[in-house]
Amino acid sequence: MDASYITPFVKSIQNVFSTMLQLPVTVNDPQIKQGTTPSHDVSGIIGMSGDVVGTIILSFKTDAAESIVALFCGEKLESGSPDFADAVGELVNMVSGGAKAQFTDTKDVSISCPSVIVGKDHGVALPSDVPCVVIPCTTDCGEFVIEVAIREAGATAGAAANNASASA
Amino acid sequence: MKVMLIDDSKTMRNIQRSVLKQIGIEQVEEACDGQDALSKVGAFGPDLILVDWNMPNMDGLTFIKTFRKQNKTTPLIMVTTEAEKSRVIEAIKAGVNNYVVKPFTPDLLSQRINETMSKCAA
Repeated sequence: MDASYITPFVKSIQNVFSTMLQLPVTVNDPQIKQGTTPSHDVSGIIGMSGDVVGTIILSFKTDAAESIVALFCGEKLESGSPDFADAVGELVNMVSGGAKAQFTDTKDVSISCPSVIVGKDHGVALPSDVPCVVIPCTTDCGEFVIEVAIREAGATAGAAANNASASA
Repeated sequence: MKVMLIDDSKTMRNIQRSVLKQIGIEQVEEACDGQDALSKVGAFGPDLILVDWNMPNMDGLTFIKTFRKQNKTTPLIMVTTEAEKSRVIEAIKAGVNNYVVKPFTPDLLSQRINETMSKCAA
């Protein structure tokens, strides 16, 4: 993965959380994801297509997700409710859209409508031909991660993996 | 003043509704996509429409193009994560009067609403 694809996500996470939630985010060192260890309770997922393809996942433990959603919506929502999933979907939508806008000056990229998974200790399997960079984030409401598994549409799997190793 | 909110996210519609309430607008109709909006807009007769871009069934751009064939004057503000210059130009060509990129502060949204209504009334 091109290293220049990571910084826009870092900036976008901080912008979305500070603007919509007034919640500062500390972004820790990105890492390459190894395997698909199930470790999340709530995940918002967005697909990217066009000149850049792949998947963006925003994942939380339940406590952190409920606290963050409460701040976003102005009310406490149970993690099983449709409104809770809607809020998580909107967060990953804004983070992905904000990042995409920073790296697509010369690229035509579209994002999908979000999907949300709620279920204790789930994992999200990603295509093996796209390396995944995990960006751990810390807030006063708890921790979450954003997983970025994208590559240029024409890039080969090997080239994408080499670039990801260099960037993480 | 009557405002129609078109966004597939109920969370985002609630946030926008609360901004409208803060500036004294309480007559609000909601639609969850472009198709839903087209089925409601005639009967509701909004003075202003806020519309998202990426939605299932019918996206915001398609809604705007369809709506503008029958209504050239009702002010439209696109409220979207699509921030690229090319997208903004595309939306303006389709007939939006103003553009707000998500994430936004309540102040920014209310400022864009006021400036759009002032321009369209002039």
